[in-house]
Amino acid sequence: MDFIVNGFLHAFVLLFGGDPETYSAIFTTLAVSTVSISISLLIGAPLGFLLGYHEFRGKKFLRTFVDSMLSFPTVVIGLLVYAFLSRKGPLGEMGLLFTIPGIAIGQALLGLPIVIAMMATAVEALDQRLKNTLLTLGAAHSQILRTTLWEARYSLVLAAAAAYGRIVSEIGISMMVGGNIKWHTRTITTAIALETGKGEFSMGIALGLVLMIVAFSVNFAMSGIKKRVGS
Amino acid sequence: MKKINVLLSTLAIFTLLVAPSLVKASDVLMMATTTSTANTGLLDDLAPKFQKDTGIELRWTAVGTGKALKMGQNCDVDVLMVHAPAAEQKYVDMGALKDRREVMYNDFVIIGPASDPAGVKGLPVVEALKTIAAKKAAFVSRGDNSGTNKKELSLWKGAGMAVPDKDTWYIQTGQGMLKSITVAEERDGYIMTDRGTYIKYEANKNGSPDLKVLVEGDKTLFNQYSVLAVNPEKCKSAKYELATKFSEWMASPKTQKEVANFKLLGKKLFIPNAK
Repeated sequence: MDFIVNGFLHAFVLLFGGDPETYSAIFTTLAVSTVSISISLLIGAPLGFLLGYHEFRGKKFLRTFVDSMLSFPTVVIGLLVYAFLSRKGPLGEMGLLFTIPGIAIGQALLGLPIVIAMMATAVEALDQRLKNTLLTLGAAHSQILRTTLWEARYSLVLAAAAAYGRIVSEIGISMMVGGNIKWHTRTITTAIALETGKGEFSMGIALGLVLMIVAFSVNFAMSGIKKRVGS
Repeated sequence: MKKINVLLSTLAIFTLLVAPSLVKASDVLMMATTTSTANTGLLDDLAPKFQKDTGIELRWTAVGTGKALKMGQNCDVDVLMVHAPAAEQKYVDMGALKDRREVMYNDFVIIGPASDPAGVKGLPVVEALKTIAAKKAAFVSRGDNSGTNKKELSLWKGAGMAVPDKDTWYIQTGQGMLKSITVAEERDGYIMTDRGTYIKYEANKNGSPDLKVLVEGDKTLFNQYSVLAVNPEKCKSAKYELATKFSEWMASPKTQKEVANFKLLGKKLFIPNAK
């Protein structure tokens, strides 16, 4: 029991005492998850739109494929990204292993299917008359894209929140691709793994609380954005 | 609708700005090492001093010796600090690694519950393992191909027994040393560990741990740590020059003294022995 109580106390000390290691891990977590969620949204939102909006041959298959990608295990993504980024791997020349962009690539792959699938579902659920109305009003394709995205904005924020939740709490990719390097690629999740591995359970619990605070803050900010884009 | 454009372009710009600034700078030496050097805090102690002396930033990833050696072979790191002499020699013979230099040692010990249910206290290693097996007392193994794990497996062989891979009393964790010690503690079992990690465990428990050293002092329990450079002929990207500097710095009298001065609970975790 002791280490649970100590964990709570420790969390306060870390956060309000300005412990540099903790803040380094928080910064790394925020930096890498921001980059990865951005990539997921920038690539995923238009792709999800296309998938939900257009009718084409093999669409059903593609939908099923994207949906099944939702359950792609994170360790396997980590393993694949590691294999590609290793210097002996096909992308080894880029020197991305053990870097934040390297982790971001893996996490973006994790977030991508979530964004695509939720976006596609949202666009499909939109009133089908919207497209026809826009066409009769003489809208160009890019205008239709933006209007539809705008109409689906709640779902986009929801998709972003869901993807972010998965990304920020992810550990397999961060550990394998990032290498848990102090001051550089150590995220909150890999720090927790390290601390409990060292037998420092109260430190692990403290960092766990910090991670929860970070995740919840981001979600609160998201619902703030949702309100603002709604007005 | 404009807002969503602004939001998307802000995200795009942010990504473009942040991503390159996070890519690593020059003069960074990447090391793969074992959990014992990292988890005990030795590297946290040495790395800033190395940077002060040479201007080189040392970054390390703590994995088992088995994985560290593989990472060296795959050119993913520049230098290694590991502890499995026989396995190291294989990689040197293959040409993947070179310049093996012994820098420090400690010893392995077998620890177990203070009550010592199998009665192995003070026995030689071979007898101790035979007794544990005969009594089917819980024995925890790292099972992760780390240097410590390799050593433990060689001890079973030395006791003239097959590794009890399938026996229920033989628990393979697949995790780091301290985590495995915790498992042994929870299961009232025995486990082999390096002295440095044991002292760290003692310190975590404020000097009164549940598991005590029961078997020690055997010649076979010697634990040598070495630094190896990744062979630049096999890995164009390897920073051989920086790796050599690190190796020399580790063997320098000044650093050797630092290693000897690294203590927890007043006990030395590693003993320098560079030639």
